[in-house]
Amino acid sequence: MPEIPTTAPLPGQDHFVAPLGETPLEATGTLDTSRPPESQWKEAWKNLRRNVLFWVSAIILGFVLVVVAFPGLFTDLNPLKADLSRSLEGPSSGHIAGFDKQGYDVFARTIYGARASVSVGVACTLVVTILGLISGALAGFYGGWVDTIVSRIADIFFAIPLLLGAIVGLSVLNNAWPDRGFGGGVVAVTFALAAFGWPQVTRIARSAVLEVKNLEFVDAARAIGASQARNLWRHVVPNALAPVIVIATVSLGIFIVAEATLSFLGIGLPYGVVSWGNDISAAQNQIRSGQRLGVLFWPASALAVTVLGFILLGDAVQDALDPKSRKKD
Amino acid sequence: MTEPLLKINDLHVAFRQGRTMVPAVQGASLAVYPGQTVAIVGESGSGKSTTAHAIIGLLPGTGQVTDGEILFEGRDIAHASKKDIVAVRGSKIGLVPQDPMSNLNPLYRVGKQIKEALEAAGIAKGKAADARVIELLEEAGLPDAERRAKQFPHEFSGGMRQRALIAMGLAARPKLLIADEPTSALDVTVQKQILDHLDQLTDDLGVAVLLITHDLGLAAERADHLVVMYKGRVVESGPALQILQHPQHPYSQRLIKSAPSLASQRLLSQQRAEVREQAQEVAEVLADEVAQGDTQFGEGLDVVVEAKGLTKVFPIPGGAPWKKSEFTAVDDVSFQLKRGTTLAIVGESGSGKSTVAQMVLDLLKPTSGTVEFDGVDISTLRGKKEQLAFRRQVQPVFQNPYASLDPMYSIYRSIEEPLRTHKIGTGAEREARIRDLLDKVSLPWAVSRRFPNELSGGQRQRVAVARALALQPEVVILDEAVSALDVLVQAQILSLLADLQAELGLSYLFITHDLAVVRQIADDVLVMERGKLVEHASVDEVFSNPRQEYTRRLLDAIPGGSIELSR
Repeated sequence: MPEIPTTAPLPGQDHFVAPLGETPLEATGTLDTSRPPESQWKEAWKNLRRNVLFWVSAIILGFVLVVVAFPGLFTDLNPLKADLSRSLEGPSSGHIAGFDKQGYDVFARTIYGARASVSVGVACTLVVTILGLISGALAGFYGGWVDTIVSRIADIFFAIPLLLGAIVGLSVLNNAWPDRGFGGGVVAVTFALAAFGWPQVTRIARSAVLEVKNLEFVDAARAIGASQARNLWRHVVPNALAPVIVIATVSLGIFIVAEATLSFLGIGLPYGVVSWGNDISAAQNQIRSGQRLGVLFWPASALAVTVLGFILLGDAVQDALDPKSRKKD
Repeated sequence: MTEPLLKINDLHVAFRQGRTMVPAVQGASLAVYPGQTVAIVGESGSGKSTTAHAIIGLLPGTGQVTDGEILFEGRDIAHASKKDIVAVRGSKIGLVPQDPMSNLNPLYRVGKQIKEALEAAGIAKGKAADARVIELLEEAGLPDAERRAKQFPHEFSGGMRQRALIAMGLAARPKLLIADEPTSALDVTVQKQILDHLDQLTDDLGVAVLLITHDLGLAAERADHLVVMYKGRVVESGPALQILQHPQHPYSQRLIKSAPSLASQRLLSQQRAEVREQAQEVAEVLADEVAQGDTQFGEGLDVVVEAKGLTKVFPIPGGAPWKKSEFTAVDDVSFQLKRGTTLAIVGESGSGKSTVAQMVLDLLKPTSGTVEFDGVDISTLRGKKEQLAFRRQVQPVFQNPYASLDPMYSIYRSIEEPLRTHKIGTGAEREARIRDLLDKVSLPWAVSRRFPNELSGGQRQRVAVARALALQPEVVILDEAVSALDVLVQAQILSLLADLQAELGLSYLFITHDLAVVRQIADDVLVMERGKLVEHASVDEVFSNPRQEYTRRLLDAIPGGSIELSR
């Protein structure tokens, strides 16, 4: 038997053995079965629920959605009925926000205006997300010439500022398609904004896919014999969705602002459509004259609060999906 | 009688998590004397790094010392003011951090970063400091220090960065150097060089070292005094040799039994022979079935995988599109994997061993050379049907247990995926199969509904093994499959792999950087260096009589390999 050093150990360095009861040995790797199984989406939802920001935005957006779906619940008045004799009249009973220059009821128009803004925002976001996700995923996953083509096209569109591009696009559309009403107006604005908005999602989806496609489970799936396409849509894209969802939520707000800006400039939604942008545009004279600022206040605040709701939601979603806060051990 | 340089009494550290405090260290006590090397050994989560960080006042924001004292030169630094700790840090206690890749600022020249340490400690300034930096780098064993000091971290290899960090840690001539897993990110041969150098340097300077490591062999080889930690507590401490040869606490006993570098060779080769015998018997029966039936892939040969002259050349983009150069990752490698046996491919990072695995798996096309699976050249496979038939026979298990399972898939879906892809069985049959597979890898059925993030590293690796076995392959490619696991878990997975091999007649291609593990699982060894085959022999031959200088160096570098254990 090899020798054991005979010099006496220094104080504090005697051979110490902890009593057994203190740290009972555990089988390595036990499973905690006390909690229900949790997928990542479930866990993200749990994180989301704990976030105050999420609830603030949920209340705002829930209210906005009810307004969009059932404007009749909030006002009996017709937003398209003008009474010129009451032009610029102040608030009175039954008309809490008074009248604008044309004699429209400001409150009723604000309520009905939500529909246009939210429709454009949601439609733009859907188009942009689907387009961006598909193009970004293909570019990131296949690389090579697919990536070169997609990325260069995206770069070209990315170089054109969103609003500038949309203004040009809409002026062309306005000439080609003059009387288009509410539905046509929403389609045209969506088309113009989405055409210049998708590259941002493409870039984010592409980089997320690039990161995921090198993980080992993708190789494992290839070794099983899964086809490239299956690998992309079943493994890579679901794992790359989180940043895309975050950018989609935030861009909802951005597109609503963009639509209002375009309408303000008079080339967004047609003049006859009730929308916050059009109302703000019509109210700009009040800024100059300084009288009856309430005409501007109502649609502008509705717009600001709605956008705030979406941006808060984007923040909350980002926190919930952030992989760093989700890391265990 | 000398006084201890560092004395920790009943230290408690806890981390704030929401409103509760989660204890990380509970009542740790230890002493370090001037000039001594003391090692704290433990697995991940044992509290060893937390203890080290508490000493130097670098606990993350949520962590705090809740009880006990840390006496450095007789003064309590656990409850000292921030200013006092900063004064001690660097000048009296140096730190060599774990990850050489992230601990140097990539934007500054290496020399400047060491100079910063010198200036912060108030030792030298300006020109004098520059000169001192070069001395320090030389002392840390960097050749051509003057030129190196002007380089950026990305121009350094991992080993060189670690040397620079050692130079930084010792810049102010501290009395105590805390080395937190200083070499766990490095190749074994580099690890040995660096530790040898560190040993000598600290001896010469009379610096005490507190070595934090997960590697018991390494700790025993380098330290006079060992402190074994488990779940935040010190379970055993004492003279290194005494603990190694007569561990008292069941945890230390278990740890020593599991450490691959320390395990007894004779015992292992006996166990191995039994496993191999059984595996080969089963494999022979299977091979006969393959040879007679015509439904399976292959011819039922004795050699199940044969690589002939495998070569892989990667193009490296240069400064301009026409300046491409080439890098030969694998250079003319040939080997045979016999049915029911394990062939280990051993090499350090950059040796091309994983590239070989990728080519055998047909995930990467060789530049030249062929891989034959059971007599069929896999580059001649045409059509989806033949491809899938090959895939069924060869399955991988990868290194990183945190990345090898799709986090979006439940465990059930992960294991079911190969069955679905190959359209095997009805839903009920698949469920029965998954039950059986989970049982084989010793996981409870309850796991099937869980998601990867809820499982420990060892459990995930078991799931990865179950998934690999779902298609009943003949060959499993284990690409560093146990390298990322703690020793105890590693030992468990290795014995699981051996059991499965004996039961199912599997053939393993075992890719690893760790020669110590090879002894537990492999029959033949293939040593690779820079893409080339260096040595090809049986395990016993390699360990008892290595013919190549490189193999000898690898063997020599296994920490604690030479320590005698009493049995």
